[in-house]
Amino acid sequence: MQLCDLPAYQLVEMIKRRQVSAVEVLESTLQRIQAVDGLPGSLAAEGGALETDKVHAFITLTAERARRQAEQVDEAIRAGEDPGPLAGVPFTVKDIFCVRDTPSTAGSRILANFVAPYTATPVARMEAAGGVMLGKVNLDEFTYGSSSESSAFQPSPRNPWDTSRVPGGSSGGCTAAVAAGEGPLSLGTDTAGSIRQPAAFCGVVGMKPTYGRVSRYGLIAFGSSLDCPGPVAHQVRDAALMLQAIAGRDPRDATAANIPVEDYLARLEEEVRGLRIGLSPDYFRITYPDPQGEGFRQEPLPAAISDAVMRAAGRLAELGADIVEDVPMPHTRFGIPAYFVISRVEAASNLHRYDGVKYGYRTPDYVDDLNEMYRRTRAQGFGPQPKLRILMGMYVSAAQYSQQYYTLALRVRTLIRGDFEAAFDPAGRYRLHALLTPTTPTTAFPIGDVYGDSVLMQYADQLTVPANHAGIPGISLPAGFDEAGLPIGVQLLGPDFSEALLLRLGRAFEMVTAEDAWRQRQPPVLNGVRG
Amino acid sequence: MNTAYEPTIGLEIHAELATSSKMFCACTVVDSTQAEPNIAVCPVCAGMPGVLPVLNQRAVEFGLRVALALECEIPPTSIFARKNYFYPDLPKGYQISQYDQPLARNGRLAILTSQGERLIRVRRVHLEEDTGKLTHVAAEGGGYSLIDLNRAGVPLLEIVSEPDLHTAEEVRAYAMALRSLLRYLGVNSGDMQKGVLRIEPNISVRPAGSQELGTRSEIKNLNSFRALERSVDFEIRRQSELLRQGKPVVQETRGWDEAADATVPQRSKEEAHDYRYFPEPDLPPLALDPGRVEQVRGRLPELPIARLRRFQEQYGLNAYDAQVLTAEMEVADYFEAALAAAPGAAPKSLANWITGELFALTNQAGVEFDPQRVPAQALAGLVQMVASGAINQSTGKAVLAEMFRSGRPAAQIVAERGLEQISDRGKIASLVRETLEAHPQQVKAYLNGKETLARWLFGQVMRAAQGQANPLVVQEELEGQLQRLKKAR
Ligand SMILES: [Zn+2]
Repeated sequence: MQLCDLPAYQLVEMIKRRQVSAVEVLESTLQRIQAVDGLPGSLAAEGGALETDKVHAFITLTAERARRQAEQVDEAIRAGEDPGPLAGVPFTVKDIFCVRDTPSTAGSRILANFVAPYTATPVARMEAAGGVMLGKVNLDEFTYGSSSESSAFQPSPRNPWDTSRVPGGSSGGCTAAVAAGEGPLSLGTDTAGSIRQPAAFCGVVGMKPTYGRVSRYGLIAFGSSLDCPGPVAHQVRDAALMLQAIAGRDPRDATAANIPVEDYLARLEEEVRGLRIGLSPDYFRITYPDPQGEGFRQEPLPAAISDAVMRAAGRLAELGADIVEDVPMPHTRFGIPAYFVISRVEAASNLHRYDGVKYGYRTPDYVDDLNEMYRRTRAQGFGPQPKLRILMGMYVSAAQYSQQYYTLALRVRTLIRGDFEAAFDPAGRYRLHALLTPTTPTTAFPIGDVYGDSVLMQYADQLTVPANHAGIPGISLPAGFDEAGLPIGVQLLGPDFSEALLLRLGRAFEMVTAEDAWRQRQPPVLNGVRG
Repeated sequence: MNTAYEPTIGLEIHAELATSSKMFCACTVVDSTQAEPNIAVCPVCAGMPGVLPVLNQRAVEFGLRVALALECEIPPTSIFARKNYFYPDLPKGYQISQYDQPLARNGRLAILTSQGERLIRVRRVHLEEDTGKLTHVAAEGGGYSLIDLNRAGVPLLEIVSEPDLHTAEEVRAYAMALRSLLRYLGVNSGDMQKGVLRIEPNISVRPAGSQELGTRSEIKNLNSFRALERSVDFEIRRQSELLRQGKPVVQETRGWDEAADATVPQRSKEEAHDYRYFPEPDLPPLALDPGRVEQVRGRLPELPIARLRRFQEQYGLNAYDAQVLTAEMEVADYFEAALAAAPGAAPKSLANWITGELFALTNQAGVEFDPQRVPAQALAGLVQMVASGAINQSTGKAVLAEMFRSGRPAAQIVAERGLEQISDRGKIASLVRETLEAHPQQVKAYLNGKETLARWLFGQVMRAAQGQANPLVVQEELEGQLQRLKKAR
């Protein structure tokens, strides 16, 4: 055990009690990064192939900036001041957030040279709470993917449990970093599962809060009506601590909720007896359009994953929770098609601003025609994933198709929300406090396996995307391993603004499984590093 | 045979809303024709990655004022939408506007023309943001373009009329009535030169009696009412001539060439633009509760058309005077303030002093009307002096000119220069007597029947009085003395 392996809440206590300094914690974390991360992602992309046993979470390590922040925390403590609830906790930030005077690339060539002139609200709040930002971690280009492979900055992140596999995505850099002890907290974003899916793949806790619970100001937009910043952590308590720091209204985000933030820590360890936890058959299979023709195909989930969910339900039942089976969530299977339409329409529009005029990449070719400048800049600056999204987004939002796709997708979205409203209705048949599901239909897949097939890749999000459509919160918790030794995640979904309850359930599961053998495993990438 | 052609014209008006900050960020709104380029720009209005818009509620209130003044329906919810297109003056690559759920619909505006009053229907009123400004610089070895984002994100109100207008005169009347309304509401200065008010007519012409509308053209870049009227006139003639020759009218955007006194085709877009509108996910729907709408309605000032009607009824003014007085709120206020300060004065006479003399002095000086230049109380004082006969009309005009120049009150100028009118009957009687004695030949000719000489003699008396004699008293006294001479013969 090294300092960098301790949970954030313990570090805060130790730093505040002056048992250890913020600078010492930082140096321990920087040493870990030095030991396991290898080359940061870069456009040059050379050499990464040689370091197949490294994590490659980072794009930009801001060690000096972090040292200054850590020193300020220590000074404040020496002066008898309270540096805040995240005092001295090192954290990483998905490189989709703007941080002032720091490269903010979105994992794209088109923003490779962009240095943000302002700081995103959630990052600013973590820093104001005493957190120490380590730097920016890698992701799928503009968050478009579920493996982090599509970043223009290569090598892309690896899974600390098996570096031949992906960490998931798009917040793969966040979850890989946390799993490998490169900062106990990370700020990610979740548009269809981009926090929960990589959290499941990397065996860490990842939470997508209610839409609007955390400000999006400074988050480089993908699907604006779906994007949620959220915490990635080792432990539920850390996720609660971090969410407490970043949640709340923001005058700079009109879609941020104007609802008071609950105290996520106060009742974290209260008992869960009597809470009603649902299981839905619609979350134990994967449904996708038949590539050969009409209709849908269905496949059951791998047994290891279903079993992990059922075991988790059993453990919660031991604690007195009521397990409610056979809750129908009939529109789950339409989540991905509707997501394809909505997110791409929004994404195509959100990408309009990258035009080579004001900032970012501009074609070096001499052109004397404005449209030609746009074409070359965007053709050279965007990778294949943004291009696919632009093409599809442009197509389905064209005047002649918009009714048939976009309007229809919005209706489907309402139906998906309806499934949850019925399940959570306190006067309804099921009266659930939460729905327990697998987070992902598979465990981490090998690098290169699915990449390129963006439709198949997208179905990795089938069990996470309904929460984004509905706007409700969800949390992915580590719940064991499959035969290959890869982490399995389970997901709890709750009604709007039920974060405190989900965290409490997660903490209860964590406590009841604390002594389980699987809890004692560590990622192989740390073998010989942790000592 | 001459076919008659009937023009159909609609107007799209973009009015910048005179808020102190921009539509979606905290940047100050500056005069973009004066300010240093890019002085009022922040990450939000520069379209930086990750920024979000926050709606300026003042802009909503201003928009509501206009919508209510135009008697529009205000739906309980309106929705912002993204209008997507690429252009360097549009930093986000989309303009936040409103599309199928605008702020307001189905309004109307009354206009007055030589044909009388007409109601023009307003189709919709919606909020959107302005773009930046490009300046193309020609240079050796290829030109370049400069971008000024001071104007980017300034709130705009788009007001679209139904195609209810049929003549250039009506177009001008509608545009001026709308400008007057915007100024009354305090939401726009109406300065077309500065581009804060942009008027774009769309015009089509069809054979009279035809049910189908003709192909329309749009005119952009009009920076005066004169240009508006002349361009519409030109376009009607151009399209009618094409139809007469059996040639097709091309749907296009045309610009106004002031020097050529003609509309000219602007570079047409390669293809019809699909803006791929969709609801702006960064802004929640704009919900307007009835209480808020009623509050704004309750604070509306008396509007130009209502005031015009009241001036006609209450003060007995004719339509022309009432319209000239009410076109600008500050003129109408000035008129009523002066009237209040001069209770005895005839409204018609006061109106004449303002729209005749005072406006003439203002025009000669080449300045805007300024109610402080000759304060309403001072004008009232002058008008009362004329009405009471203390000075006569022509002296009054000279005194007003002096008031306008120096800012001093009428009484002071009159006293200082000894301009008081002679109304004393005894004094005027002796002036008349002296004049008749000085011109015995003319008196004799008069008595012999050349009665028109009475007017000449009147002039001589006034001349002897240096214009300061009360003309009514002079007239009476002159007639009396001449009568007595007649009888004495
Ligand atoms: Zn701004």
